[in-house]
Amino acid sequence: MKAMTSRFLSWTLLGAVIVLSGCERPPMLSEQHGYRGTGMVQVKNPRTLEDQAANNVAPFALPPAPTDGPRASQVYKNVQVLGGLSSAQFTRLMVSMTSWVAPNEGCVYCHNPANFAEDVKYTKVVARRMIQMTQHVNSDWSKHVGSTGVTCYTCHRGNNIPQQVWFKKDTSPMGADFIGDRAGQNEPAPSVGLSSLPNDPFTPFLLGSDDIRVGGTTALPHDNRHSIKQAEWTYGLMTHMATSLGVNCTFCHNTRSFVSWEGNPPQRATAWYGIRMARDLNMQYMEPLLATFPQHRLGETGDVAKVYCATCHQGANKPLYGAKMLDSYPELKSITSSAAEVKISKR
Amino acid sequence: MPQYQNLFTTVQVTGPVSDGIPLGRANDPRLGKPFLFHLAGRLGNAQIGPVYLGSLGVASLILGILSFNIIGMNMLASVNFDPVQFIRQLFWLALEPPAPQYGLHMPPLNQGGWWLMAGFFLTLSILLWWARTYRRARELGMGTHVPWAFVGAIWLFLVLGLFRPVLMGCWCEAVPFGIFPHLDWTAAFSLRYGNLFYNPFHALSIVFLYGSVLLFAMHGATILAVSRYGGEREIEQIVDRGTASERAALFWRWTMGFNATMESIHRWAWWFAVLCPLVGGIGILLTGTVVDNWYLWAVKHGVAPPYPNVFPNVVDPAILNGGKP
Repeated sequence: MKAMTSRFLSWTLLGAVIVLSGCERPPMLSEQHGYRGTGMVQVKNPRTLEDQAANNVAPFALPPAPTDGPRASQVYKNVQVLGGLSSAQFTRLMVSMTSWVAPNEGCVYCHNPANFAEDVKYTKVVARRMIQMTQHVNSDWSKHVGSTGVTCYTCHRGNNIPQQVWFKKDTSPMGADFIGDRAGQNEPAPSVGLSSLPNDPFTPFLLGSDDIRVGGTTALPHDNRHSIKQAEWTYGLMTHMATSLGVNCTFCHNTRSFVSWEGNPPQRATAWYGIRMARDLNMQYMEPLLATFPQHRLGETGDVAKVYCATCHQGANKPLYGAKMLDSYPELKSITSSAAEVKISKR
Repeated sequence: MPQYQNLFTTVQVTGPVSDGIPLGRANDPRLGKPFLFHLAGRLGNAQIGPVYLGSLGVASLILGILSFNIIGMNMLASVNFDPVQFIRQLFWLALEPPAPQYGLHMPPLNQGGWWLMAGFFLTLSILLWWARTYRRARELGMGTHVPWAFVGAIWLFLVLGLFRPVLMGCWCEAVPFGIFPHLDWTAAFSLRYGNLFYNPFHALSIVFLYGSVLLFAMHGATILAVSRYGGEREIEQIVDRGTASERAALFWRWTMGFNATMESIHRWAWWFAVLCPLVGGIGILLTGTVVDNWYLWAVKHGVAPPYPNVFPNVVDPAILNGGKP
């Protein structure tokens, strides 16, 4: 009898351990973020935060370069975007960019060592466009990036391609075409935090501009034709946002009504501009580079890598914990050229 | 000497196997030779079988298995017929209802047609199974309390998959067949219709759900506690109250001043259990059809109290500068 009870208890214990081994272990940090008693709480795992810390250290900035002397456009050939800088400033930025984006490959990742000026490598053409994009973000999207701004490092972090980018999902059904359609969901997809939600909410919302707002705005039915299925797509996008910022829903929303703006944390407005910013960057900067990228850089449907929240945020609600890296690189703050002005020079 | 324990017991009382009472005319023969199964005896009665299947049971099983296979084959096809991935991803896989653009029209087979078929066969199967429980209860000379309790569950099932989608004019409003996907549907339902926690019928349903749990715990514990006086012979104690019944009644009268009786406690349990899906179904049926946002509905009727605003006032950017940065 005793032996049976203890055997029963040990099997129960073993079962509980196996079931619970999929969970994150306690203790968690719980922070109040709103009026008491309303469940406005941010729950964080201190161990996850610890693992993230190293990825969020801003690199050491080179000492500022003198702004006088001949312009970069006078010293070098084919400097179309940063020509107005002094050649010392220009060289400093080029060296910095190399350490941010191609620390292992060096200058030759983008430049032809025999002739640095020519645009033979696609990487150089892309890099130039990305400098324009950085300037655009810092000057036109301050409602999202504030005065902190972004540099190449915000996304690249020492990688040729930022670690978090997205491609369109191949939605054609697997197997036979008359059975087994997944409707763009129902698989453990990392893009939506391993949930079974629609796992490419980016194509409709961060490339297209489909309605993200599906919730009713009146108590009684009044022309809101959004279905539960559409709500699942919004839910997928929101799950991606929360996961890539390392926050809970209540970071931006109040717990009572996800629709209502009343009594909301101000972060929601910042996030609202963030969605528009990602859409703008994908439409204006990433998509037009389709012909520039070689085949092996494209996704399974032949599209370019695109930007979403995780591209910059990488698990932190402020990328690089809000380090003001841009202050050391003022040349990235304002727009110095337009897309139309850039000419590709293959010679 | 084995000892009877009333929480975990090793004592298993078995008797000669029995077919039960003879059946009247117009009944099929019962299937299977009854036998004793020790493990089953640990949980309930050790005797397995015979089963009365009958024509209703056969029809219900065929339709149910058909529906189960449609769902399963769709899930299997969605992982390219890979059995390993089928097991690994099983909790994520689903058969989805048609997309919004199809409304109540017939969608292509792979865009929800399979879902409609699976739902149709499953509904028929469940209704036939209901008829079977009704007939078996009558045949045994019982009351029909079990079939009518089953109706509570069938009501909620039909509201979710048939009544509400038809009223909304779209099959897309219905629930997918799948483990996680149906949970995501539940969350999305609340997101779309402005927080279901402000739906009073949802609140009532939770009351009956947790109430059922509480009643079950109270009743189960009381009867186990007086089983040393023969309290588990509940039915006899209804008409011939013994010391077990007296002690159980006294316990609750002493602790909370009021007690149910050996008979009425089962009425409490039946109603609590039945009302849970009944009011829940009403709450679902009203969502989207007559209320679009339960939070705003609760504000309008003074149910949701205002809270102090601890954040600087935030204005929806979509109405500022026409949404331009």
